[in-house]
Amino acid sequence: MGEVILTMKGIDKSFPGVHALDHVDLEVKKGEVHALMGENGAGKSTLMKVLTGIYSKDEGTIIYEGREVEFSNPREAQAQGIIIVHQELNMMNDLTVAQNIFIGREPMKGHLIDDAKMNEEAKKLFERLNIEIDPTESMGNLTVGKQQMCEIAKAISHEAKVIVFDEPSAALTESEIEELFKIIRDLREKEMGIVYISHRMDEIKVITDRVTVMRDGGYVGTLITKDCTKDDIINMMVGRVIYEDPKTESAVPKDAPVVLKVENLNAGKLVRDISFELHKGEILGFSGLMGAGRTETARALFGADAKESGDIYINGKKVEINNPEDAVANGIGYLSEDRKRYGIVVDKTVAENSTMATLKDFMKGPFINKKKEREVAQKYVDSLKTKTPSVDQLVVNLSGGNQQKVVIAKWLVKNCDILIFDEPTRGIDVGAKSEIYHLMNQLVAEGKSIIMISSEMTEILRMSDRIIVMCEGKQTGEIRIEEATQEIVMQAATLRN
Amino acid sequence: MSNNKSKESAFTNNPIVRAIGTQKIVVIIVLLVLFGFFCIMSPAFRNYSTILSIFDYSYYITFMAIGVTFALITGGVDLSIGTGMICYGLIGGYLITQKGMPVVVGIIVTILVAMLIGTLNGVLVAILNLPPFIATLGTMMLVRGLGSIITGGISITWPPAGSEQGWFRSIFKISIGEGKFPIGFIWVILIVVIMSLILNKSKIGRYIIAIGSNKEATRLSGVNVIKYHMIAYIISGFFTGLAAVAYAATFQAVAPGTGAGLELDAIGGAIIGGTSMTGGSGSIVGTLLGVFIMSMLKTGLPFIGLQANWQQIITGLILIGAVFMDVMKKKKKA
Repeated sequence: MGEVILTMKGIDKSFPGVHALDHVDLEVKKGEVHALMGENGAGKSTLMKVLTGIYSKDEGTIIYEGREVEFSNPREAQAQGIIIVHQELNMMNDLTVAQNIFIGREPMKGHLIDDAKMNEEAKKLFERLNIEIDPTESMGNLTVGKQQMCEIAKAISHEAKVIVFDEPSAALTESEIEELFKIIRDLREKEMGIVYISHRMDEIKVITDRVTVMRDGGYVGTLITKDCTKDDIINMMVGRVIYEDPKTESAVPKDAPVVLKVENLNAGKLVRDISFELHKGEILGFSGLMGAGRTETARALFGADAKESGDIYINGKKVEINNPEDAVANGIGYLSEDRKRYGIVVDKTVAENSTMATLKDFMKGPFINKKKEREVAQKYVDSLKTKTPSVDQLVVNLSGGNQQKVVIAKWLVKNCDILIFDEPTRGIDVGAKSEIYHLMNQLVAEGKSIIMISSEMTEILRMSDRIIVMCEGKQTGEIRIEEATQEIVMQAATLRN
Repeated sequence: MSNNKSKESAFTNNPIVRAIGTQKIVVIIVLLVLFGFFCIMSPAFRNYSTILSIFDYSYYITFMAIGVTFALITGGVDLSIGTGMICYGLIGGYLITQKGMPVVVGIIVTILVAMLIGTLNGVLVAILNLPPFIATLGTMMLVRGLGSIITGGISITWPPAGSEQGWFRSIFKISIGEGKFPIGFIWVILIVVIMSLILNKSKIGRYIIAIGSNKEATRLSGVNVIKYHMIAYIISGFFTGLAAVAYAATFQAVAPGTGAGLELDAIGGAIIGGTSMTGGSGSIVGTLLGVFIMSMLKTGLPFIGLQANWQQIITGLILIGAVFMDVMKKKKKA
């Protein structure tokens, strides 16, 4: 490791209602691979966005190559040599590899682009990086791994001095990761400063020199990688905070009947061999980091995405679920993490939304029985304590928490016994949160069963009777609430293979 | 299944096939088969004057199609070109015949007005971010009304061949002795070469393709996407102006209120030629071939006793086939 090339000190950033970064420090040296770690929402991406000028900071200083800088957009940062390789790749699939790398600064020969020279330059670049990619290949034909290599090559060609990798390995295969690491080591040799954001504990141990851990927007500490254990890092990530009343024991009797059984569910890369049981009156928590495959599992179970294989049993009987209609017919309701896109129709009334899944029960001949619709909707507004002036209110005018209640009402009207709550309290304020929690407890007390996907550790530990942990499409843990601690859950969530 | 796949890739991986493009090869084959079919079925089709009329009917559509190819490659569309061509032809012809201006001025004004409307489309789409379909549907209606208003609702007849002002009519077809030579085809080839260079070898073309492929990524690469997005629509306008001149040279008379639907012929030609409806890819040569398939059908079917309605049906089927190929190509990639 050489001298310090980049120092971020006391970086503070607030958004309305959220203190996203609370005096965070980060120091990167030349020839160093520096891991940036933290749970979902810890503030890693926000910090990098402040660095590259996507967000402006409220407080703090950034010192780069010995002088204070403040970039107003990523292009300025790029011109100075700070480059982010994003997780979602920014590629023009219809152009060739070389055309992508040199876009915006094509070598010219008169008025025409000198493609031959461009291909030549790209080839040299790949040789320098020991990558075998044909510069004339169309970008869309490359694997995600190769595309990432191109993105790196593009960064190098900009004379980068600091490269930020934002979860680069998330979409890569084992051998592609090997290749990526070879390149990163090579860049380290060349005295570049590298920031490596990843959730994968074993990778951190292999490739990085130091680790900076963030938690809830704050700076926790920086460690030398080889001097610390995986547990040290996990402890720093989850902290020693006592979370608000975690559930200490499950109220579900041991002999509660199994209402849903999933066996060897497979659907794409993010749902591999998932098997679990859901008991009557149980809240089964699904925990994991971003991209663990929890939502994908729920969607495959619900029939929203095609599954490759797997058996589903409801109340001991095997059922075929090939589309959401089948799922609903079998008494499964899905409350999407993205309410606005999949959960509600915002410019319709509370009453109309409540009966959306059951409209045919409300028909009187060819017409909708508006009176009955309003009556039923009113019943659920009362029982769920939805705050709305009337059932004729447009859903768009309700708060997030009350919108969520309308979605719940929709599935209750349908009389669903199994409810999948995908991030039930995302975007809902604290007061409304505890109401939703209360409601979920009430539902299971009435004999419904709930699968709850949540990225919030607090929520998982507070609500679940049992926790399934996933990591990269695989089931990496099943933990009873009596035994669950943040550390155990986080261990499983970062466990590859 | 796997056997099928490897066979397909053996074809698509062939260097010659790769260089020309699978779809273009299919289109060339279709074109040759159609030509052969008509020649065999109808002796009258194997006639120089028939070939001549295939060319005559193709110029204005070819120009519109070349222009709209650029709009399509950005992932947009330009619906204003059909009625626009008539409008610009009316304006130019009006100046020549009613205001006594020289033909050359009429032609220049025709093209300038066309570029102005193209710029308007560009502003609506690239700066104001209107959906291209809606924006150009709006300008399509606008130019339809505009043409009628300027000429007071009457048809305009450009100067006839042989008259003092009639020289422009031999831009596309010259008489050599007894026969006529479709010199317009040479211009078309020249324009196809130039526009192919612009599309594939200049910054304009490169950035237009990039915008159609991933506009945000292009913007983040430091490209002035608004500028190049607008240029695509100005090119579309410019070629509609050229089409108006070609239309006047071929048909002489321009009637207000007509032209609707011609944009779909041009767009259809571009799509048959392999331009992607979703943007990001397309070729000028392909567009030319696509338009030729349509002109061949239009001219050829009556020779074998099938009327224009059949031409619509067959063109429709070919169009669906072409889009299907595009969809399959995208699916294979994904």
